[in-house]
Amino acid sequence: MDAELLSQVLFAAIKTGTPLLLIALGEVICEKSGVLNLGQEGMMLMGAVVGFLAAYSSGSVGLGVIGAIIIGMFMSLIFAFLVLHLGANQVATGLALTIFGTGLSAFVGSGVVGQTVQGFQPLIIPVLSDIPFIGHILFTHDLLVYLSFVLAALVSYVATKTRIGLIIKAVGENPHAANAIGIKVLRVRYCAVMFGGAMAGLSGAYMSLVYTPMWIENMTSGRGWIALALVVFASWRVGRIMLGAYLFGLASIMHLVLQGMGWNISPNLLAMLPYVATVVVMVIISADHFKEKLLAPRSLGKPFDPRQMA
Amino acid sequence: MIRVQARIEQSTLMKIASPLLAIFLTLIFGSVLFSAIGKDPLQAMQVLLIAPLSDMYNIGEMFVKMGPLLLCAVGLSLCYRANLWNIGAEGQLLMGALGGSTAALAFIDSSSVLALPITLICGVVSGMLWAAIPTYLKLKFNSNLILTTIMFNYIALYLLLWAVHGPLRDPEGYGFPESALFSDITTLPILFDEGRIHLGVIFAIFAAIGAWVLLNKSHIGFQIRVFGEDEPAARYAGFNGKKISWIVMLFAGALAGLAGVAEVTGPIGQLIPSVSPGYGYSAIIVAYLGRLHPLGALLSATFMAVLYMGGDLAQIEIGVPTAVVGMFQGVLLFFLLACDFFIRYRVSFITNNNPIQE
Amino acid sequence: MKLKSLLLGLGLVAGISAAQAEDPFKVGFVYVGPVGDHGWSYEHNRGREELEKHFEGKVTTSYVENVAEGADAERVITQLAKSGNDLIFTTSFGYMNPTLKVAKRFPKTTFEHATGYKRSKNLGTYALRTYEGRYVSGIAAGMMTKTNKVGYIGSFPIPEVFRDINSAYMAAKTVNPNVEFKIVWVNSWYDPGKETDAANALMDQGVDVLLQHTDSPAPLIAAEKRGMRAVGQASDMSHFAPEAHIFSVRDDWAPYYIKTTEAVINGTYEPADFWGGFKDDMLSIASINENLPADVKAKIKVTYDDIRSGKISPFTGPITNNEGKVVVEAGHTLTDTELAQVNWYVEGITDAIPH
Repeated sequence: MDAELLSQVLFAAIKTGTPLLLIALGEVICEKSGVLNLGQEGMMLMGAVVGFLAAYSSGSVGLGVIGAIIIGMFMSLIFAFLVLHLGANQVATGLALTIFGTGLSAFVGSGVVGQTVQGFQPLIIPVLSDIPFIGHILFTHDLLVYLSFVLAALVSYVATKTRIGLIIKAVGENPHAANAIGIKVLRVRYCAVMFGGAMAGLSGAYMSLVYTPMWIENMTSGRGWIALALVVFASWRVGRIMLGAYLFGLASIMHLVLQGMGWNISPNLLAMLPYVATVVVMVIISADHFKEKLLAPRSLGKPFDPRQMA
Repeated sequence: MIRVQARIEQSTLMKIASPLLAIFLTLIFGSVLFSAIGKDPLQAMQVLLIAPLSDMYNIGEMFVKMGPLLLCAVGLSLCYRANLWNIGAEGQLLMGALGGSTAALAFIDSSSVLALPITLICGVVSGMLWAAIPTYLKLKFNSNLILTTIMFNYIALYLLLWAVHGPLRDPEGYGFPESALFSDITTLPILFDEGRIHLGVIFAIFAAIGAWVLLNKSHIGFQIRVFGEDEPAARYAGFNGKKISWIVMLFAGALAGLAGVAEVTGPIGQLIPSVSPGYGYSAIIVAYLGRLHPLGALLSATFMAVLYMGGDLAQIEIGVPTAVVGMFQGVLLFFLLACDFFIRYRVSFITNNNPIQE
Repeated sequence: MKLKSLLLGLGLVAGISAAQAEDPFKVGFVYVGPVGDHGWSYEHNRGREELEKHFEGKVTTSYVENVAEGADAERVITQLAKSGNDLIFTTSFGYMNPTLKVAKRFPKTTFEHATGYKRSKNLGTYALRTYEGRYVSGIAAGMMTKTNKVGYIGSFPIPEVFRDINSAYMAAKTVNPNVEFKIVWVNSWYDPGKETDAANALMDQGVDVLLQHTDSPAPLIAAEKRGMRAVGQASDMSHFAPEAHIFSVRDDWAPYYIKTTEAVINGTYEPADFWGGFKDDMLSIASINENLPADVKAKIKVTYDDIRSGKISPFTGPITNNEGKVVVEAGHTLTDTELAQVNWYVEGITDAIPH
């Protein structure tokens, strides 16, 4: 593989990893606050279809992105109300959200199947894009990819360096203690879940406005699940999510690149590679952190009810 | 003024009333939804919820659909009871189908009475092995079970695709990705003349009952429950966490594997690329709807089977697209989950202004 | 009085049953994907709509989408038969054995299964000569490539796809002896994301014309973004890629659905293995791009006409496979049954058949 092809492949890995990065950034905040939302696929599909509809009818991709974010938040609000206010089971509610979102998105989108919009155009950053090798890989993308860089940095900063990050962490680790020192646990969780929804919506918009500018039922094809695995893979650390998303992006295009180069292995066995690689890397990482018990937020998936405090 | 109080004990009355309330609310929502798209709401409800149980054929099919959901859900219920987040029933089911098919194809010219039992055992063992790998990785390397089981679902799918496009493909099948049809000797017996109810359905019902006995009447079951509810207490009592993890995961893998082999040797009759329409994932929701109780899973698997069948019937009879059916199912699940609220809380209307906590 | 009302009642019943006899003819469809896939199921559904329009009022149709090719298929087909459909089209290969089983149980209903090979007294099969469209695509690709590298995005490694790769390659070779094919499998019939990845992976390796055996417009959009060319599949995809689009090979199932329904209504139906192509208007070349060079445009049209008239038949021997074995003897043209079993690549394709 020559340098030219390598830079193309890494460029593509970032593109493929971006929707995973976006949705995982939202989910990690949500999980850090102690809420496990398995409804990403549903929220992402709604983001994709509403983003597309908004962009298609208004002619503005910007409006599409905003629409996608809003619908993502709205979808997550349904989830939040059920699990936070009514104490419904998080796993089951998340799965129900996916079923609901898949159906609703197909219903709303039935009128625009087979249409396309002018998606985001590549925005080549002057000077930086001229850096040999790296310039092409990092700085010849479109606006949403750059936005994902910024968001990753921002989320990482907020989560580790700010008071907000501390509060989210406290709520996720020990909601009762957090409540005792006057943190409004449910309010924090509502915000975290809705941030997750917004990011899922944005990720959906990336699919329907950038990656493949069109709407097709089920077009996210399981990326929500991969994002869920990514968060675990990254042991709830934002920096590692970015790395994981691009690694997974790379692994999932690698089998196509290898086929193009004439590797004659069963395409089914090659398609297995990203998943096997994820498990192997995961085993190495977690074995390394063996003593660092319980990387997951301690109250993840458990309901918290301020009413029972009294 | 509305006052909400946590109940000290869960309300038995509400345990029965809450699903009914949920169904009532869904019917109202459904009426609005179906009226909005120009369908007769009464007819829609009838087709969605009653028609699947309207005649012997449909009832039989409901059992056929329920079988794999129930097998997977029972195993998952035990896992979740023990705080083992196994999302891998789908992969274990696929491996059960693959292992069983390999055996069934080896017996294609055989007339041995042992052929079917061996085929079933191969399926069960394959499912167990597929559950064993993530369990081992968790216990040995501390890897996260959610992650590994999701990944192993994909790996199982591609293994199955590889096999059905390669070594197990029917040599006389025009090169299409399907195995040869299994011989009668390795096909699960049909229980009634009409329809497709097969032995696997009986296995599923026995599995649910067996799991209930295991969970409630055995020492191991006691340990599983204590482990799930209070891990430190379980350790203090000297229970062996690793042993419990192994037992529960292998049991779940075995049941999912059985579900897989029962699909290919039952209603399908050969190995095909799409053995499962996502039974392993649907089973997660079945397990929770059944409140992680094996007998509850029996009810919820029946309910989900009706819902899926109703969805297909609604398309045939009144031309409702799957999208609308999906929305309806999603909302029904929302209401079911939401109404559980009344089991744990007492809601009362009061006149004096007592302060309410948040 | 009582007798009278009884008679009246009987008359009413007779009237009703007479009215029932004139009930519209019912046709059912089973789809593997959602009708919103803008690919395979979408095209079948368009055929269904055309059918309904053609027999306005006389034929009613219903469909079930998203039917998994597992245990569910048999149930759905049975339910369609039970609810009184006279003719049922099952539109995916995986429905073959379920359709056969149900056809046995409902001898009075007519069944038609797409792309399969098992038939019975009331079960026929039908397929598209997709290789004809692929041959024209190969001609265009061979003429348009500047790097002499053509990319082929394969769905699943099955005979239909091998056959079409061969067809496209042999065609390309006739206009460009230096042409080389790069084949990538995505293990899916439609997955826009993966198809985009595959398209980019191919273009990264010097491919400048893309052919696809998958259903989404994603590869065309990817080609448009990078200034390369591509051929649309299944439906007219020109609006997705105004510059990149060479032409689209359009599927049209309506003629077959109308013809078959007519035959069943008239009682002239005989189950057979029907293959439709250019000649039957079930395949067409849609929206040839204005921006193509004149000679390419002309050659596309000539090739189309020659296939339609039977002057060109892609699988006429001698054909040697890429292991050096003669697979089609000189003078022999593959029969439809043989076309369904192609399990080799022609000489010149460097890949091996994946196993």
